[in-house]
Amino acid sequence: MATLSLDSVKKQFGTTQVLHGIDLQVADGEMIVVVGASGCGKSTLLRIVAGLETASSGTVRIDGRDVTALEPADRDIAMVFQNYALYPHMSVFENMAYGLKIRGMKPAEIRRRVDEAAQMLEIGALLDRKPRQLSGGQRQRVAMGRAVVREPKLFLFDEPLSNLDAKLRVQMRAEIRRLQKRLGVTSLFVTHDQVEAMTLGDRLVVMHQGRAAQVASPMEVWGRPADTYVASFIGSPAMNFLAATLEPGGGAAALKAGPTIGLTDGPRAGEAGMPLTLGIRPEHIQLGEGGLDLAVDLVEPLGSETVIHGTIPGGETLTVRLPVPASGIGAVLPVILPWDAFHIFDGASGRRIDPA
Amino acid sequence: MSATTDLEADRLARATVRRNARNRWVAYITLSLGVLIFAFPIWLTVVGSTHDASTIGRGDVPLWFGPHAISNYVSAWLTGGEATRTTRSVPAWVMLWNSLNMAVLIAVGKIAISLLSAYAVVFFSFPGRMVAFWLIFITLMLPVEVRIIPTFEVMVNLGLINSMTGLVVPLIASATATLLFRQFFLTIPDEYVEAAKIDGAGPLRFFKDVVLPLSVTNIAALFVILFIYGWNQYLWPLLIVTDRDLETVVVGMTKMIGNGDAQNEWNIIMATAVLAMLPPVAVVVFMQRWFVKGLTETEK
Repeated sequence: MATLSLDSVKKQFGTTQVLHGIDLQVADGEMIVVVGASGCGKSTLLRIVAGLETASSGTVRIDGRDVTALEPADRDIAMVFQNYALYPHMSVFENMAYGLKIRGMKPAEIRRRVDEAAQMLEIGALLDRKPRQLSGGQRQRVAMGRAVVREPKLFLFDEPLSNLDAKLRVQMRAEIRRLQKRLGVTSLFVTHDQVEAMTLGDRLVVMHQGRAAQVASPMEVWGRPADTYVASFIGSPAMNFLAATLEPGGGAAALKAGPTIGLTDGPRAGEAGMPLTLGIRPEHIQLGEGGLDLAVDLVEPLGSETVIHGTIPGGETLTVRLPVPASGIGAVLPVILPWDAFHIFDGASGRRIDPA
Repeated sequence: MSATTDLEADRLARATVRRNARNRWVAYITLSLGVLIFAFPIWLTVVGSTHDASTIGRGDVPLWFGPHAISNYVSAWLTGGEATRTTRSVPAWVMLWNSLNMAVLIAVGKIAISLLSAYAVVFFSFPGRMVAFWLIFITLMLPVEVRIIPTFEVMVNLGLINSMTGLVVPLIASATATLLFRQFFLTIPDEYVEAAKIDGAGPLRFFKDVVLPLSVTNIAALFVILFIYGWNQYLWPLLIVTDRDLETVVVGMTKMIGNGDAQNEWNIIMATAVLAMLPPVAVVVFMQRWFVKGLTETEK
């Protein structure tokens, strides 16, 4: 049980700045998911917390103790690796016990802890096997077990689900969440999968080019994305972006495609004619006359719903997700863009603009 | 239509069977020739070791066993044949013991040293790491024979002439083995190192608990090669050892062949040669099981 706090953690590899100063406060027992595309620095951040990399500057505190200069073994953390990193020549029991053995724990106590963790993870029958005799899901459990027996202050997960097939991934995702809640161990979970991020995290850190673009709860990130990157990264299919300009008075925006959109939650500060990016999620677009005509070029049936890709007048692409079957969708689809569904971003910087 | 197609297919199938049979015969004949070329001298040696000295001394080359096997081997093992005016004879068991000592020490020493140096080169980053590696690598180009004079002088100055230490130490460094272990260590995933760091294992602990067990198959394979390398050493033992009690079997055998003063006891020499072949064969047979087992069980 512990808190984690990062204070302007920066990392450079040679001349490449990988992390541009990350600040993060993690409360006791919280599950934080660090999510971002590959190369955004999320793994580096995790490795700095683990002590496998050293930060170029900034401090890492676990439970208020400055661990920036400590070895991984002295930080009281446990880590689950992407490929599990189970020692191939050791049995499941030995793998789980290894960290405890090195710390000089008594064999009886090791036995008790491993048995307890194995029972919790339902791998009790596998303790004598070697990793190569296990399936992917079982290896995953052993890797978790190795972390659990340590009873660490902090769990670190480095994309632990990405080597599993889709079905198992969903199952293990739920199990990790249940286990983490039950043990109440503060956790940092790195993934590139936004669904994993949304379902696992108490809060998300959306990373983009070495910066934390947004740190917030999953629903906050989805409902009020801080910039166009976050908006496009979270949600599937991705949010549509339409170019627009601010009308005089800031109460409305004129889409490049034609219609003027009223900003229903209040006027925005800014000069008339200021470029804006208006975002709208595919699932918020409705079918109906009186809006825009969508020239359909691809229909993706998903059973209960349908994703339609097309272009609107002015040439911008638009993706629509409709709760209707794919049949009967013609070449041109009239759609309505509800005013209150729009997210308003600065056209130049991409930052979210809230009502003044 | 279908009938003719069937006939055609049948014809082709029979042609394939004939071709396979022919290929098999060619393969067997080639292999038999190869075996004959390799095995014939060994056969002559084994057969020769069962006749008395005069049979071979007459110039006859017997192709089948004679009646003196037991007496020849007992004599070779216990006395090494009759002493001549110039050289006293050394029993085969002494020479075999020396060879065994030397070969095992060389193989174990080479493996220990190259394991450690490869471990240092791969898992640690320190200034001059690549320089160290390349220096080791360059020694590959300098076989024992090239540096034998300076090595000999060093050994003389250290007073290591006529000692097992002097026999073994100059042969103990191995660039080949270091290179081999380095290549193997590079295939060990970084995650093992990181997992061990988080588990709290220090460098030596990681070496002992993870790297060594993973290297077992490589060690077994190398041991076979290095043991035979050590066993077959000729030039260095010839130079450094003059005390006949330290003589290795490869050198000792050549000394058994006299310079014409007396008749060579070819039967004893051949019995010794057969005895000298046995330990390397035993090592290969025994270790083969080991590393084949290792190879089939290893999986990342």
